[in-house]
Amino acid sequence: MSPLELDHSTGVATGDPMLPDWYTVERVRRENHDTFTLELRARDGETHFAFLPGQFNMLYVFGVGEAPISISGNPAATDRVVHTTRAVGTVTRAMWRFKRGDAIGVRGPFGTHWPVEQAEGRDLVLVTGGIGLAPLRPVIYHVLAHRQAYGRVVLLYGARTPDDLLYDEELLFPPQPLSIDVDVTVDRAVAGWRGRIGVVTSLISRAPIHPDNAVAMLCGPEVMMRFAVQALMTRGVPVDRIYVSLERNMKCGVGFCGHCQYGPAFICRDGPVFRFDAIERFFGVREI
Amino acid sequence: MAKGSGKKGSAMRGIGPFGRPSRVIPKESLRNLLEVLRLRGYTLIGPTVRDQAIVYDEISSPQELPIGWTDRQGPGTYRLERREDDAFFGFVVGPQSWKKFFFPPAQRLFQISRDGKEIHTTPDPVQTRKRALIGVRPCELRALAIQDRVFTGGAYVDGSYRRLREDVFILAVNCGEPAATCFCASLDTGPQVTDGFDLAITEVIEGTRHEFIVHVGSELGARVLEAVPSREATDADSATEREIVQRATRRMSRALERSQLKELLYRNYESPRWDQVAARCLSCANCTMVCPTCFCSTVEDVTDLSGDHAERRRLWDSCFTMDFSYIVGGSVRASTRARYRHWLTHKLATWQDQFGVIGCVGCGRCITWCPVGIDLTEEVAALRGRESPDGGSGAIQENHHDRTES
Amino acid sequence: MTGLKADWASHPIFEGLAPDCIEIFARTAKVEEFEPRDLIFHEGEEADRFYLVLEGTVVIQIFVNERGPVNIETVGCGEVLGWSWLVEPYRWHFDAQATVPTKLIAFNARRVRESFESRPDFGFALMKRFLPVIVQRLQATRLQLLDVYDVPS
Repeated sequence: MSPLELDHSTGVATGDPMLPDWYTVERVRRENHDTFTLELRARDGETHFAFLPGQFNMLYVFGVGEAPISISGNPAATDRVVHTTRAVGTVTRAMWRFKRGDAIGVRGPFGTHWPVEQAEGRDLVLVTGGIGLAPLRPVIYHVLAHRQAYGRVVLLYGARTPDDLLYDEELLFPPQPLSIDVDVTVDRAVAGWRGRIGVVTSLISRAPIHPDNAVAMLCGPEVMMRFAVQALMTRGVPVDRIYVSLERNMKCGVGFCGHCQYGPAFICRDGPVFRFDAIERFFGVREI
Repeated sequence: MAKGSGKKGSAMRGIGPFGRPSRVIPKESLRNLLEVLRLRGYTLIGPTVRDQAIVYDEISSPQELPIGWTDRQGPGTYRLERREDDAFFGFVVGPQSWKKFFFPPAQRLFQISRDGKEIHTTPDPVQTRKRALIGVRPCELRALAIQDRVFTGGAYVDGSYRRLREDVFILAVNCGEPAATCFCASLDTGPQVTDGFDLAITEVIEGTRHEFIVHVGSELGARVLEAVPSREATDADSATEREIVQRATRRMSRALERSQLKELLYRNYESPRWDQVAARCLSCANCTMVCPTCFCSTVEDVTDLSGDHAERRRLWDSCFTMDFSYIVGGSVRASTRARYRHWLTHKLATWQDQFGVIGCVGCGRCITWCPVGIDLTEEVAALRGRESPDGGSGAIQENHHDRTES
Repeated sequence: MTGLKADWASHPIFEGLAPDCIEIFARTAKVEEFEPRDLIFHEGEEADRFYLVLEGTVVIQIFVNERGPVNIETVGCGEVLGWSWLVEPYRWHFDAQATVPTKLIAFNARRVRESFESRPDFGFALMKRFLPVIVQRLQATRLQLLDVYDVPS
């Protein structure tokens, strides 16, 4: 039984927010040279983990430390917890070495979520780069399960090289085409790459959406999102229908530790997903 | 614990928030008062002299208070000096604040032990005991109220903080003499307490007279006071008290102009003033350590040599450290300019959006304990000055359009 | 509107242009088809055309000795290919090669440029439409240069 339970009406997990619950690593899947997906199940009893697309967990490695990692599984599949992350810090490097059966501490879910319900009836454009696809995968699961509720759905995805692409078999180049448009580009091509080359923001100008009826969701390096917001606004997507997911250092996940402050917001509590107009005045401030 | 509900200024008229008239006790009765608290099971915590400073620690009698001491403070300077009288509370504030008792500088959150496949998490029990805080200044009372909001006022509650704040008796002290670094009057956070106490006292020393005028702030405070011989305060006593507090206000040399403060800081993210203050700031974090409202923390994970026992600790942290804003690839606030700006803007502006109040209570500690004497009241005045038609050089403009420049 | 004109005249780059200006483009427009690896234009040669991509993908390349052709970016369906025709000395700055079977509409740049001499308003209108294309490519290249997905170790 999790010490934290999601209250769906508020998106807030209730219980002792500082105490991790123990899960077992059920599966480790290497996505590419530094990115991997963990599938977790409760250590004791049945797994029941509800979350909203865009929320994150604080994942704890025994004696090593904790890191905020977005949840990238299917929000309808509450019998497991799925995280995709990159082995780039002390904690995530330790996770990279995980094997089936290892224990991992989980606190969460925390934070705000993508506006999948408000976006019903509209076109969706997801602009993502690198590991930024992981926090948006729950949105794609949700859309595919409620396909009739949305108009045109476009995933624009950029990666460094073709070797860095994430979820390529299941999402980017699936055996059966999905009912969404997927446009993939890489910054640097390698021999044999027949796809697009160039930055992901270049895909926005020709994305097959109706800008005046579209909702945009952005996740990736902040500098990429700065250019993407500009390109979306040039297309005519209203500023109050652009959502961004931000990242900062986090220690507690619940607004006590102060590390993730962004202007007046705590990204852990008031984010990570923000409607762009709420943070626009801080978006261009250096070292905010 | 007293919950603030008293009408502001009511104490000035000799009537406490609970409608009780103020009382007067001779200085000798302070011992009785503390004894009553002890008998009721409270651990006494109060100011005491240690290492040439006044610190807050466990005390057993009024004799351990800083009798006859005062503190001379200024930007970057703090000295204890002998007074000419035997005042118990003849000083202002030291380097410590009361927050250390509720938000400890280092605290174990939990221990984990691993035994084969079994993992046991043991949350650290919070030591709850009844504590009486002796001599809480008005600004510090306000600081406690602010930290209450931070740790218990939101969607998530810090369980440890909440438990430590239970069963706290507050004996507040009105201020008669400000330090040179004080500016509570400009923030309405002193020099007289208005609410949030069980008992509040004003120390009166005139010639051979040495007494305390006592105000009752809660039922508990009333019961404690009943056990101590006292007399009803007269109009003359009230006048004396009024004069003491007004003198403190008059002598306060610093002020923080509150009007449009939030807007001022939000407008000035790109002010050149930040470069000037950054040229002096050592990024030493002293201001955040002495601040009674700063609440940032970090965590530390450790294991023993066997690798089967781990624990997680929470430690005070500061937004002035380089690591504070570290994300993969580097620190977001790498420059001292950005860190000072973050601290001041948080304290005075973004804090208002987060908690509905400003994060400063005018205690002046950050000015006193800054090794180079940076004064936030001066920094705010400088930001204002640059905006006024005749002040400063060059217009300051909001600049969040970097991204549109080619 | 002829079938071919319907393919391009609604493109944003032509939107709102005077009908007689559109007519100048219409007179010179022709469809060109390329197989994978076909070179569409070559660095240094006269930039006497520009294109709209109807189908397929074109890759912009620079040839480097010892490294061979280095692919910089791709231009896809619905995008404008070629701006060198607007800038003296009207020579291609890169190579362009089809990566898949590709269908383009080619416009005679020399003819369009000539029309600017008698109708400066055409020239101005065209500049306003092509400059954003150039700026977008420049910005994209800058962003690419940042290597935003790299993690400094």
